[in-house]
Amino acid sequence: MSPRRVAAVVLRQYYLLRGSPTRVVPLFAWAAIDIVLWGFIARYLDHATSGGPDFLFTLLGAVLLWDFFIRIMHGMTTAFLEDVWSRNFLNLFATPLAVPEYVAGLMLTSILTSLVGLAVMLILATTVFGLSFFAWGALFVPFVAVLFLFGIALGIFASAMVLRLGPASEWLVWPIPALLSPFAAVFYPLATLPAWMQWIAHALPPSYVFEGMRAIVAGRAVPLDSLGIAFALAALQIALAYAFFVAVFRATVRSGLLARYSAESTA
Amino acid sequence: MSAPAAILCVSALGKRYADTVAVADVSFAVGRNEIVGLLGPNGAGKTTTINMILGLLAPDAGSIHIDGVDLARERERALARTNFAAVYAPLPGNLTVEQNLRCFGLLYEVPQLAARIEALLEQFDLRHFRHVRCGLLSSGEQTRASLAKALLNAPRLLLLDEPTASLDPATAQELRRTIRAIATRGDGGILWTSHNMLEVEAVCDRVLLLSHGRILLQGDPRTLPGAHGADSLEALFIRVAREPLSFAGGTA
Repeated sequence: MSPRRVAAVVLRQYYLLRGSPTRVVPLFAWAAIDIVLWGFIARYLDHATSGGPDFLFTLLGAVLLWDFFIRIMHGMTTAFLEDVWSRNFLNLFATPLAVPEYVAGLMLTSILTSLVGLAVMLILATTVFGLSFFAWGALFVPFVAVLFLFGIALGIFASAMVLRLGPASEWLVWPIPALLSPFAAVFYPLATLPAWMQWIAHALPPSYVFEGMRAIVAGRAVPLDSLGIAFALAALQIALAYAFFVAVFRATVRSGLLARYSAESTA
Repeated sequence: MSAPAAILCVSALGKRYADTVAVADVSFAVGRNEIVGLLGPNGAGKTTTINMILGLLAPDAGSIHIDGVDLARERERALARTNFAAVYAPLPGNLTVEQNLRCFGLLYEVPQLAARIEALLEQFDLRHFRHVRCGLLSSGEQTRASLAKALLNAPRLLLLDEPTASLDPATAQELRRTIRAIATRGDGGILWTSHNMLEVEAVCDRVLLLSHGRILLQGDPRTLPGAHGADSLEALFIRVAREPLSFAGGTA
């Protein structure tokens, strides 16, 4: 793997962000709006159910972590879509750039862009609503790490899907987190779901994260075995998503789709 | 190890889309300091052939060696020796000329990149446009920017797909002169496609006439028409396009 070629992929995204405020604002705007909205909802619920559950932590904490996951996934797919929108595949893949280098570049871009969103969310949640993840200390790290890995896996999968189905299929990408959120038990305990949904939830690493977070808020021990399963699942899903991307890429090179990608006829 | 005789060696190349044969049993070579014209009517298989040489399309049959490197086995090494400019593949319009050159320079791992970019900006008269987004350039300026990108890594094999299609006659002539000089000075070869037969006669050392995915004729563009009873290369081109069967099997 060539670090210079990985750097080229990241540098292109940096230039795009630097030259366009309309690309920078979405890195944090929607997440910030979510924090403000759910912060006030949580504050109201805490006030209305005095002595009940800690809504600030369970609701606002969940929103923050879920938005972080969305930023990671969208960071990856948006970086990929920049090459779709500018019809750059011919120029890009006629160079010595290898698929692992390209995916690594997208991943690095996603880390950098999602950190902007995370920082803004943490600042808002801490300063406006007094929610301090820092009080969790090192416990915060594995939760974020699992969501990061799952976001990357889903970002790679979504990019492969757009590569296979064509530019118009980007509209299938954006709702993926919303489709997963009921199964991931972001706002309620896993036991609330019917059995068939719990089966799906057990295949989604975020469900372990949010169960773990609720356990901590309830004063129970951190479920280390669940966190271990979440890490293993997320790692496996990254490997599967990457294998899927490589398989789709090879198929597009065989079929001629890569060379004619700007065309809509990609069936 | 001695350098291979040919910069590009294409052997028995084939590509089929379902029932349609796009390229069939195509073999040719491009030598050092040679400009080879790849000619043919629309749909003849020129762009399919070029896409296979660029590694963007996997052939069903045959092999491609670039500067002695097998593209199928060592894609990265082979493509590091190659570059291209095509009218249908402009540089991303949302980056400036300089930003595009820097990104592609990193992708090709060009040594002393900053100096190389300066030299190319100078060579293609792009200094004034270095901070202009490529999408805002005129078509002629975009072509020059694409050519600057194509020469970033001083490629052994340069593929030019209708490079003068959007240029005015004066700019096109200047560009032909530049490319001719590149072929003469360096030790690389150029594969050139064009529908402008006068240009092909002026620039190419040899031409390959493709139709229905097969090479029907090849030879010196200045003597080939006479050898086949045509007044000009354009007349020969039209005959090949209209009566490909009468040339089948002939490669003189």
